[in-house]
Amino acid sequence: MTETSNAIVRFVDVQKSYDGESLVVKKFNLDMEKGEFLTMLGPSGSGKTTCLMMLAGFEPATHGEIYLNDQPINNVPPHKRGIGMVFQNYALFPHMTVAENLAFPLEVRKMSKSEVEQRVQRALDMVQLGEFSSRRPAQLSGGQQQRVAVARALVFDPDVVLMDEPLGALDKNLREQMQYEIKHIHERLGVTVLYVTHDQSEALTMSNRIAVFDDGVVQQLAPPTVLYEEPENAFVANFIGENNVIGGKITRIDGQSCQVDVGESREVQALAVNIGGVGESTTLSLRPERVSLDPGDDCPNVFEGKVEELIYLGDHIRTRMHVCGHDGFIVKIPNSSSHAQLHEGAVVKVGWTMEDCRALDVLN
Amino acid sequence: MNKLYIQTLLASAVATATVSTAAAKDLVFVSWGGAYTASQQKAYHEPWMAMNPDIKIVNDDSGGGALAKLRAMQEAGNLTWDLVDMTAASAIVACDEGLVMEVDHDALLAPAPDGTPASEDFGDMIVSPCFIPQIVYSTTIGYRTDMVGDTPPTTINDFFDLEKYPGKRALEKLPLNNLEWALLADGVAPDQVYEVLDTDEGVERALAKLDTIKDQVVWWEKGAQTPQLLADGEVVMGSTYNGRLFSVIEEEKQPIGMLWDWQVFDLDGWVVPVGGKNEADVLEYLKFATDTQRLADQAKYISYGPARASSAPMVGKHAELGIDMGPHMPTDPNNAKNTLLYNYEFWADNTDDLNEKFQAWLAQ
Amino acid sequence: MSATVESVAPEQMVTADGTPLKVSLARARRRARNRALLLVAPLFLFIFITFFIPIFSMLFRSVENELVGDTLHRTVPLLQNWDESGDTIPGEEVFAALQQDFAEAQKTKSAGRPGRRLNYEKPGFSSLFRKTARKAQKLEPPYREAFIKISKDWGDVEYWRVLKRESGKYTKSYYLSALDFSYDSEGNVVKNPGKESIYIKLFWRTLWMSMLITVLCLVLAYPISYLLSTLPARTSNLLLILVLLPFWTSLLVRTSAWIAILQQEGVINDFLVFLGFLSDDGRLAMIHNQVGTIVAMVHVLLPFMVLPLYSVMKTIPPSYLRAARSLGANPFTAFVRVYVPNTVAGIGAGGILVFIIAIGYYITPALVGGQSGTLISNLIAYHLETSLNWGLAAALGAILLGGVLALYLLYDKIVGIDNMKLG
Repeated sequence: MTETSNAIVRFVDVQKSYDGESLVVKKFNLDMEKGEFLTMLGPSGSGKTTCLMMLAGFEPATHGEIYLNDQPINNVPPHKRGIGMVFQNYALFPHMTVAENLAFPLEVRKMSKSEVEQRVQRALDMVQLGEFSSRRPAQLSGGQQQRVAVARALVFDPDVVLMDEPLGALDKNLREQMQYEIKHIHERLGVTVLYVTHDQSEALTMSNRIAVFDDGVVQQLAPPTVLYEEPENAFVANFIGENNVIGGKITRIDGQSCQVDVGESREVQALAVNIGGVGESTTLSLRPERVSLDPGDDCPNVFEGKVEELIYLGDHIRTRMHVCGHDGFIVKIPNSSSHAQLHEGAVVKVGWTMEDCRALDVLN
Repeated sequence: MNKLYIQTLLASAVATATVSTAAAKDLVFVSWGGAYTASQQKAYHEPWMAMNPDIKIVNDDSGGGALAKLRAMQEAGNLTWDLVDMTAASAIVACDEGLVMEVDHDALLAPAPDGTPASEDFGDMIVSPCFIPQIVYSTTIGYRTDMVGDTPPTTINDFFDLEKYPGKRALEKLPLNNLEWALLADGVAPDQVYEVLDTDEGVERALAKLDTIKDQVVWWEKGAQTPQLLADGEVVMGSTYNGRLFSVIEEEKQPIGMLWDWQVFDLDGWVVPVGGKNEADVLEYLKFATDTQRLADQAKYISYGPARASSAPMVGKHAELGIDMGPHMPTDPNNAKNTLLYNYEFWADNTDDLNEKFQAWLAQ
Repeated sequence: MSATVESVAPEQMVTADGTPLKVSLARARRRARNRALLLVAPLFLFIFITFFIPIFSMLFRSVENELVGDTLHRTVPLLQNWDESGDTIPGEEVFAALQQDFAEAQKTKSAGRPGRRLNYEKPGFSSLFRKTARKAQKLEPPYREAFIKISKDWGDVEYWRVLKRESGKYTKSYYLSALDFSYDSEGNVVKNPGKESIYIKLFWRTLWMSMLITVLCLVLAYPISYLLSTLPARTSNLLLILVLLPFWTSLLVRTSAWIAILQQEGVINDFLVFLGFLSDDGRLAMIHNQVGTIVAMVHVLLPFMVLPLYSVMKTIPPSYLRAARSLGANPFTAFVRVYVPNTVAGIGAGGILVFIIAIGYYITPALVGGQSGTLISNLIAYHLETSLNWGLAAALGAILLGGVLALYLLYDKIVGIDNMKLG
């Protein structure tokens, strides 16, 4: 790679194998821009943590090159990479106080005592833990430990901070609160963050861009809205958000749109995104909130649905219907007075636009 | 109900206990184990058990620690031993401590074939009223025939002569024997050894003589060490029991010779613990096992001399090697030109004091 | 703050039926506590019977001294009126009582033990008592002359001083001996001359050798334990078995193996001579001295260091070291500042375990120690097994126990016992 770019982190054709028989990371390419908050999202075992460890320097890449600030770093030991890292279990040093934990990266950099103190104080203030500086990690709550871990990864002003499922051990409320806190710290400091999680809402909340991992391959790399609105394949559609999946065969392709036979001679008009030729199988993806209960006359897809189950969820009513031969068809009905009260067993009309129904590859 | 159950349980337990003891009477004899116990088994135990089929002799090999164990048993009132084999010195201690019973040798033991009463036949060997002598053994010196040149050592002076016979020596880590030898080598008349040793100056003189070879001495604590050290060529000369040397020379055919000059006679024999449960059987056994023929028989299996004067002419050949055992007996006239018999009275009084001085000298 | 609490206190909390809350709580807890107590009772009893009673009875022997007074129960009270600072032996009435005591002791064969007891203080008592007891019944007055006729020692004022001194119910003479003090002929406590003092020297030697063995065990065990804790379970289990293998071999076999390896005609020396590092005359003495003791004991005790270290290291997540590396520490700094402090619990436990076992070890030093590798426990074993001087053995043991406890408290003060993890 001779061409320079403004990417702060670059993965170029990176592959990783532990046993020499199978690849954990198949072919990973990524450019991260300075100041970006990029999340690697995927189920466990999908290779996302391995990529993080390769960047941190704890795992060597089997093939390919990783660049940091345009410098290849494959042969740079971890402590010379200047990358901050927050671990899943925080990895706070139990024998040191909070202040000593924060001072550690500064002391090993041989900073003067006064500067260490000043920076530690600033970092403590940033995470609002000033009064806990002389406590041991074991004397802190989970959320406090988390904040110390974040502060420690940032205290030495690294170019890039890696976070490996840092909120996994927290309960739901705390996790959401911490998501905002990390997001705000990121915005305030403008630091580049590479974040790993398997929690899609966490990824959607915090990230500028998300790389969805599966089976050692990045399935789609895009901002959250694109990922949700325009999934490129059935895995991403399914993994991000809720999704009605209807299998069928393509009967006709017409430019941007296509016609899919979903059985019982029902034809669905869908957006042709990721399909083969006529006669091949496809997966239709349709978000539950995009299904309309009173479709207009110009709606291309109108079918009969029988209400199987109603779940009251406050802001919306989750309705499970029987549509096009599928029992698990979910429709989210906003809880507004304009909607008629449904009851189980009722048969209603459901419809959706061609653009909201994406024809994708077959889920394997 | 509960009480009845416990009573039944107790009753059955007692019943089993009685049955198991009644079936065959076990007598527990304590001895030194190894070749020594084997020689007793063949010469004494087996013939006697053949005559008394309802009695079984069980060998307990705790000879080395017998004195301490016997005292612990007697203090706890839980005596499980019927007869113990001890050195004369230990027997004197045990007798003083009241652990073993005094016996009337003439009443208990068989006279010699010519009618000489036992006390005369054993003569000086009865060093304590509790002690029933069995064998005479000697602590003597073995040397490597291939490491002493053409002139093998002939006198105890040679043992202390580092110029003539350079190399390491093995000595027991106790004062007895060593102090006597040191004085003899230093020119003290044999009949004055204990007189000299009874003074502080005499002890200093003996230690001063030992000082001349101290750097070259390997101190042993277990009887098997010297034969091993000799066999390995670790030492050129070393003291040990004559029976051990016999087996390493005649049975293992090692290039080792014996220096009989000023061998120190010691005795080993039986003592009967006070309060044994099978006293009558034990006394009957003793009468049989210490008669003239039996004592002579033991010499077929091990090269220790019988303690009875009347047994000496009856000593025959080694049971397995077919060697004439006479010349290997410490009591053989050729071997017994210069011999020293312990002054048991002296050592009974002075062992503790001299051992302390000796250990202090060693630790310097 | 506390004052406000006090002022509120009179308003005692009560349960619904008016019982004070504390009483009710205590009642509720008592049942659970009793049940728990019942469960540990057998263990407690077992420890009490097999551990505390033997130790205390053994410690008691180091001061107990009833033997002389019991055997000579007529003589000893009369001796209280005798002035031991003078140069004259006691008078006829003491000898008359002595005759009765000895005659009685001869009947029950009980004169030997006090004789041996007093022989620890002054050589000669043993044969004196034996001789005297044999003839005591036939003695005729005047007894004083009769006794001196048996042995002139009865006319020696020194014997009488020792007899009087050691006739009390308790004695400090065992402790004096154990600390290299003794009585002079006038009965004053004096320090033994340097060349006759032995126990203090051996106490120190035992102490520093045990410490050295502990340190060597730590140095050897640390990398092994680290390896064990980082390897995959299957490999580490195999290695652990290798570490534990010495446990399954007889101690004597292991020690003999060391003799074969370390002796002058042994494997190592042969090899070094073969390679030309040593001349045939310059073979190294590595056994029957301190080197041999240390090598053999380090080998025997290594597992006691490996196991606690391993169990502590296994609980240290690898992320600690990674965190330290990512924070900019080089491998050495990360190891020293982050890994080692987290293994202090294992170091402490293993160290205390090895040290305490080493300080009481005697089989190995007896076989390979030679003259410079003898430890205090060898002399304790000697007094227990050979000389039967259990009082002195107990005194030595008590001093050793005291020393170990003192070190333990010191350890608690410096490191803290809470920081210890035995696995």
